[in-house]
Amino acid sequence: MAAAGPLLDSFWQSLLTLVFFYAFMGLTWNLMMSAGLLSLGHGLFLGLGAYATAVFTATGGLSPWISILIGAAISAAAGSAIAWIGGRFSVRGVQFALLTIAFAELARVLFDNWDFVGSTGGFFLKAINPDTNRPLLTLRGGTLFFYLAFVLITAAAYFLIRALMASRWGYRWRGIHEDEDAARALGVPALRSKVLVVAISAGLAGVGGGLFGFLQGSLFPDSIMGLRISIEVLIAPIIGGVGSLFGPIVGAFFVVPLMEGSNVLGQRMGFYGLNTLIYGAVILGVIAFLPDGIWPRIVRFVAARRS
Amino acid sequence: MMLQVRDLTKAFRGLVAVRDVSFDVAEREIVALIGPNGAGKTTCFNLIAGALRPTSGSVSLNGENLTGLAPEQIALRGLVRTFQIVRPMVGLTVLENVMMGAFARISNVDEAASVAKQAIMRIGLQSKTDSLAGDLTLPDRKMLELARAIATEPRLLLLDEVMAGLRSSESDRIVEIIQELRGGGMTVLLIEHVMRVVMSLADRVIVLHHGEKLAEGAPADIGSNPKVIESYLGKKAKLA
Amino acid sequence: MTALYLNVISGGILIGVVYALIALGLTIIFGVMRVVNFAHGEMVVIGMYIGYGLWSAFKLPPWMLAPVAAALLFALGYALQLGIVNAFIDRPQHAQFVLFISFALMITGLHLALFGPDSWPIQTVESMQSYTIGPVRLDVLRSQAALMALLLIIVLMLFLKFSTLGRSIRAAADNLIGAQVIGIRVRKVYAVTAGIGMACAGAAGALIAPIFDTQPFLATDFTLIAFIIVIVGGLGSLTGALLGGVLIGLSEALAALMISPALKTTFSYALLVLVLLLRPNGLFGEPER
Repeated sequence: MAAAGPLLDSFWQSLLTLVFFYAFMGLTWNLMMSAGLLSLGHGLFLGLGAYATAVFTATGGLSPWISILIGAAISAAAGSAIAWIGGRFSVRGVQFALLTIAFAELARVLFDNWDFVGSTGGFFLKAINPDTNRPLLTLRGGTLFFYLAFVLITAAAYFLIRALMASRWGYRWRGIHEDEDAARALGVPALRSKVLVVAISAGLAGVGGGLFGFLQGSLFPDSIMGLRISIEVLIAPIIGGVGSLFGPIVGAFFVVPLMEGSNVLGQRMGFYGLNTLIYGAVILGVIAFLPDGIWPRIVRFVAARRS
Repeated sequence: MMLQVRDLTKAFRGLVAVRDVSFDVAEREIVALIGPNGAGKTTCFNLIAGALRPTSGSVSLNGENLTGLAPEQIALRGLVRTFQIVRPMVGLTVLENVMMGAFARISNVDEAASVAKQAIMRIGLQSKTDSLAGDLTLPDRKMLELARAIATEPRLLLLDEVMAGLRSSESDRIVEIIQELRGGGMTVLLIEHVMRVVMSLADRVIVLHHGEKLAEGAPADIGSNPKVIESYLGKKAKLA
Repeated sequence: MTALYLNVISGGILIGVVYALIALGLTIIFGVMRVVNFAHGEMVVIGMYIGYGLWSAFKLPPWMLAPVAAALLFALGYALQLGIVNAFIDRPQHAQFVLFISFALMITGLHLALFGPDSWPIQTVESMQSYTIGPVRLDVLRSQAALMALLLIIVLMLFLKFSTLGRSIRAAADNLIGAQVIGIRVRKVYAVTAGIGMACAGAAGALIAPIFDTQPFLATDFTLIAFIIVIVGGLGSLTGALLGGVLIGLSEALAALMISPALKTTFSYALLVLVLLLRPNGLFGEPER
């Protein structure tokens, strides 16, 4: 399906690019969840990566590749700090989730008032000259370029996370998720493990944010760091199936076309708000009838068929 | 001395759960900690294993001060405990549970798996290796808890009422395993209510009552100690 | 200068009482069912539309309409709880989160579809009036809203303390298994709790309608403010919600005055982070460890 991309016209490419963006972000979100850390403020990592990448490239004149790495590092640092603070002060469960919202909102408001990055007015990447542009150098290509970029990082994230989950770290994260105190009684270093998983999750999210920022061309704190995008990031993995590697990817393939489709339907019918209503209704339907998500249900269905 | 507990005290906002408890456990000893309900035995375990911070007093393992360390740090130094109310990781398989313990010493996943399998075989849970821990019966869960602790290759094992709820054939099996472990060099401190087990297994018995150490000695002596009898049964009773 | 501060402080306290009513609804739902209502702000907005609608139709002052909004939202909460939320009580947190988000989306979508995105202000004779008590000028609308909110809060507290159903709710909150053992019908208790929680939100919405212009997108702000108050005050603590509400209303007003209007929520979030770290059970919850 990914390989067919280049053959499709640019509308489908744009749609699929968005699918893979949310698939990638969902994979990063899901990684933190494996240790039981519910992130309701993932936009923070996305946004920090986006802003860092854009600002270091546009204003700082650095190569976009370096800027993305810097963005990832900044996001990873933010994630580590939050995880460390949360762990050090034993903030667990729903309080941890609310802590992530609090930090994300704090950052959003700060960026809203930071003139250097454009405040609420936004930060704009200068238009590039299409004739002299070398996408691999500037990371600003056309639709096809971004499509391939997002497919690539999604694949890379999938394999990286698969390897991590199969390692001692993966087992330990799952152990912490199951019963943190029992895990610690067996020698599992809870604080270190949690900081690590959030650092990786956040750093990867920062990479996604950096690329996304280039795709959009302009950044606004509300749209790239706000509650709305934090929620959008987690709907796909939950609908697709938390705790499975394919879940977030499957979820994105379901949720993104649903989102865009209901937007189009809403516009066609002239009904303001219809898109939100349909989107909400379908999500309600899925979460009510497929409690574990779409992918686990598919897996069970196929397994039942086989036997 | 392997384990040295000195003047261990824990107060919970007015209620003193453990008061000035001191004892030693020597290498390769099996020591039983007994006492009526509410005597402070599990609190002692929690203090020793780092789940609770002592109000005062100290705990050392082979001369190294453990007081105030986090539970995982204590476990990594070879002092591993099981829980009175078992805590299996229900969403993971028996193998994955036991590997969690093996990972204390081993980083490689395959090596950890093989160490875990050995521990599982030793306990006798092989038939359930790939079952979800959540599907196990209570006796099997207790075995799992024990296997998991053993997989960490502890030097001192703290067992909290591991026999509770088991039939005598099952608890005999665990007594066998504990004796094998001690034969292999392990030291065991156990909280137990089942007297038959305490008498047959323990080299030494420590009695707690109302948070204080009441008596200490060989099982037979403790059994006839009038203060001990009184603490369990009240002033007018006598052990048959 | 002091007059300005006094007015701002009193205005903040008054709106804080209404915030407290919103937070009370959220904290009751969490305290009893351990479920976080992420659609709470949307319930407030429903109340706003109800308040606006009844005002347009009957020209009654909004503070009189609060009980109507409360009744309607009680019914909605009751139905939702029995219908679907009860099934989610034992499901993992992220599933509950998505459930409530889907409610929030559907409600906002419905509002947009029915009423459009524009703000609808309520203009009455009292909109510009104020009571003068000594050096302080109190907004008439805010005062009426605060008084009505306080009245509703007192009624609710009395209900919880003295009525059989109220005591069943408190029992279920304290000890669920014990409550079931003595025969309390938990599903029904949950439904009533949800109804009460959402009724609080709806009533507050009706009270707020003349103060903030009614529009669908205010919902998220209300949800966030309710959360901040509930965490700072203590999840499940009624006094916490009450005092927390006044505290946040006050601090927002002062922050807007002393720092800048744009940063007024920053102070609240900073307070939230501090409380989460140092007293995770809230200022009025049980102290930890």
